Amino acid sequence: MAKDIQRRDFLKRFGAGMAATAAALVACKRSESTQAVEEYKQQQEPPTDKMTYRLNPKTQEKVSLLGYGMMRLPTTDGGSARGSEAPIDQEQVNRLVDYALEHGVNYFDTSPAYCRGESETATGIALSRHPRNSYFIATKLSNFNEQTWSRKASIEMFENSLRALRTDYIDYYLLHGCGMGGMEAYKGRYEDNGMLDWCIEQRRRGRIRNLGFSYHGDIAVFDYLLSRHDEVHWDFVQIELNYLDWDYANEINERNTDARYLYGELQKRGIPSVIMEPLLGGRLANVPQYLVEEMKRRDPEASVASWAFRYAGTPEGVLTVLSGMTFMEHLKDNLLSYCPLRPVTKEEETFLYDVARQIVDVELIPCNDCKYCMPCPYGVDIPGVFVHYNKVKNQGRLPLDAQSPEYRRLRREYLVGQDRSVPRLRQAAHCIGCGQCKPHCPQNIDIPTELHRIDAFAEKVRQDSHGKMV
Amino acid sequence: MLRKYRIALGAAFFLGITLLLLDVSGLLHRFLGWMPKVQLLPAILALNVVVVVLLVLLTLVFGRIYCSVICPLGVFQDAVAHFGRRHKRNRYTYSRPQVWLRYGVLAVFIALLLLGLTGIAALLAPYSTYARFVTHLFQPIWGLANNGAAAVADGVGSYAVSGTDIVFWGWLPLVVALVPFLLISVLAWRNGRTWCNTVCPVGTMLGVLSRFAWLKVRFDADKCRNCSLCTRNCKAACIDYKTHTVDYTRCVACGNCLGACKHGALTYSPPSAAKASPLPEDRTEGELSRRSFLISTAALATVALAQEAKKVDGGLAVIEDKVAPKRQTPITPPGSFSARNMQQHCTSCQLCISECPNKVLRPSTDLTRFMQPEMGYEHGYCRPECSRCSQVCPTGAICKILPPQKTAIQIGHAVWLKKNCLPLTDGVQCGNCARHCPTGSITMVSYDPQDDTSPKVPAVDAETCIGCGACENLCPARPFSAIFVEGHEVHRSI
Repeated sequence: MAKDIQRRDFLKRFGAGMAATAAALVACKRSESTQAVEEYKQQQEPPTDKMTYRLNPKTQEKVSLLGYGMMRLPTTDGGSARGSEAPIDQEQVNRLVDYALEHGVNYFDTSPAYCRGESETATGIALSRHPRNSYFIATKLSNFNEQTWSRKASIEMFENSLRALRTDYIDYYLLHGCGMGGMEAYKGRYEDNGMLDWCIEQRRRGRIRNLGFSYHGDIAVFDYLLSRHDEVHWDFVQIELNYLDWDYANEINERNTDARYLYGELQKRGIPSVIMEPLLGGRLANVPQYLVEEMKRRDPEASVASWAFRYAGTPEGVLTVLSGMTFMEHLKDNLLSYCPLRPVTKEEETFLYDVARQIVDVELIPCNDCKYCMPCPYGVDIPGVFVHYNKVKNQGRLPLDAQSPEYRRLRREYLVGQDRSVPRLRQAAHCIGCGQCKPHCPQNIDIPTELHRIDAFAEKVRQDSHGKMV
Repeated sequence: MLRKYRIALGAAFFLGITLLLLDVSGLLHRFLGWMPKVQLLPAILALNVVVVVLLVLLTLVFGRIYCSVICPLGVFQDAVAHFGRRHKRNRYTYSRPQVWLRYGVLAVFIALLLLGLTGIAALLAPYSTYARFVTHLFQPIWGLANNGAAAVADGVGSYAVSGTDIVFWGWLPLVVALVPFLLISVLAWRNGRTWCNTVCPVGTMLGVLSRFAWLKVRFDADKCRNCSLCTRNCKAACIDYKTHTVDYTRCVACGNCLGACKHGALTYSPPSAAKASPLPEDRTEGELSRRSFLISTAALATVALAQEAKKVDGGLAVIEDKVAPKRQTPITPPGSFSARNMQQHCTSCQLCISECPNKVLRPSTDLTRFMQPEMGYEHGYCRPECSRCSQVCPTGAICKILPPQKTAIQIGHAVWLKKNCLPLTDGVQCGNCARHCPTGSITMVSYDPQDDTSPKVPAVDAETCIGCGACENLCPARPFSAIFVEGHEVHRSI
């Protein structure tokens, strides 16, 4: 009997509830519901007319603060051309480019080397569907392959870029990766063959509208290039800048130079900066959990990455901030950071430096997973090994203390996780130390030494079994 | 009653041994490691007097209960027969004992053991035969399931299950497992315990003892109505209802007849009640010798080894599979003392092979050591922290050692092969062997002693090298390593 009443009671209440909901739905009419949808949209969908622009002091053209890096284009297998061997998903590239243009992005940065050489073509196809004056193209005289260092091959590279990009001028042309391999490599690549002078000549002829260089590595090259500013007149320089590199660049790697110095030197000469690695290869989007919580407490709706983008875009001398966006979600999130830019306050800046200090304290291997070192001729998955090690270290879950009660679990996690992320045949134990990867690393990581260190650590952990088997 | 206990205990032994053989986690041998050690032939080979005496006493008291409970091949046949019999009740018939075949096989078996050809003899041994089914037929499937589970665990961020490598050891081990599997399954499906009572040498040995067992299935001729139900339910085909006799050499004390008899004419009881009856003897071989012929031809058949090329994803250099060098002396695991000790004691049950986490142990195809384990370093090397094979070996072929002892046992020594060495062939720096040698027995020296800038090549101190194979496994030269291990016939300690 009691049960029966309960059921009846429930039905009654349920009915009443339904009626009330229906009434409410009718009553609230259109306005309220559209408002809710609108609010949600504002949080998720970037506006089309709010992009922050910076002025190029020479040409007085407005460059969008968000620049599209075309080095991680989507592939047909759902990955990015950085990691996957599948062909580029042109349809997706078109969609992303259309969306970016529609939301005010007008700076597209590519290179003959990106996406296994396919980036320029894909970029050309996507952009040529729009009026040529609605966007700026940046591409580079790349330095990857010594066989392209001759004058003839270099000029051919430039002409190829024009063809692939379906245009007859380049808005922003860069000497690629100056400083990698030191002064000798720079001279060999850009001066001894007269290519710097040739580029200056092309700028005079209007086939290059702005001439600059991108800088990695040896600071002597940077200083040397700026010392020639009066003669060359650099229109822009591309540097690595983020809240970690600002002061701690040489703590991640002693051969790196703090962004504070690089940006300062450019500002002194009035040269606009183009920013690369605002996320430090994704590392600033993937900070330790306790730092994520800290950031979310301050701004629950903002993504972790958005802090890094706001930081990189805040200095007034920054012309544009490049981001290699593979997926629509990346693009939307970055657009939300810059449409419009909310500059980081002094207080927020201090907070970010504090975050940087804590990240540096974790002392990760500064690998950005750029894969320039690959393929290792002996089959080692170099970035795979570093990424796994960094991940575990970042989470504070390295099995370091054999006395700790957690040790056995951490040990298993480390060893099983290692086999899962990198097949045994490609793990650090197979690095023979030939050093062929070393000159390719833009972060100047001493790859063989680091691999041997990780191998020795894993070996110690493996042997330290206390009679237990893994 | 007897039947119930027999089924419960038999199932427990059977599942325990099967799981132990399948296990890829290396955890189960702590709990189940004793099960293979109470198997008769392994205990004899291990000179385990306690177990042998206990098994003899067990048989003298209960009859061949060993075959019904402890022997996994016996329980396996019961299980197959159970499914085979489902369609047809009361289907067995009495058959006369194949005395010449049984004792002939036993004699050959003992001769092979005395000759030290344990590997060949073990092809007839029940426990290791079953163990080969599991290792070579079921374990690959188990491995796939395990890796599926590991992938799921990975998906949910758990580290409870780790993946395992599934290695194909060639066609020969597969055939050696598959042929007896099919043969014994067919025999069991049709006629129950034919294998146990005509071929199995352990069954024959225990049969000799069980004639004198204290507890036996005994006939009360007065109560018997000659209904034949006992005979038709005897999977050992050992009850002749016409003469009211039970052939105790073949009876495995399963207890099926006790329940089948509606008149209480059969009891499992001490000797007081009934008197022993003489054994009927006969000498027919016919079909059965044909069966054993089939077994031996299958065992001798050789099939070429297929090497499968490994596909890898892009962006990574293709890694060629390593190929095992032709060793002058095979390598046996630490704890086995010598190649001879291994050859004489191993029943080739494959338990060590299925336990080896680094895929170092594999069945030998050499006839004198047929299916017995030997080592190779193409997939991994004998890691310093592991001594799992020595923990599980039931026969004393690999005696129990602990990891610290193991690092002082020299099972072989490394030999440098100049023509494959990378610093000489590719002109790169290497030293991967020296970097990973756990005993520090490899030093990198200048190829030209006069010239310090000449390529650095490994120099092996054969006195301190233990033959673990780290150098061979991690050598970047492929498919043949530039440094490989040559076995020692007799292990030494250093």
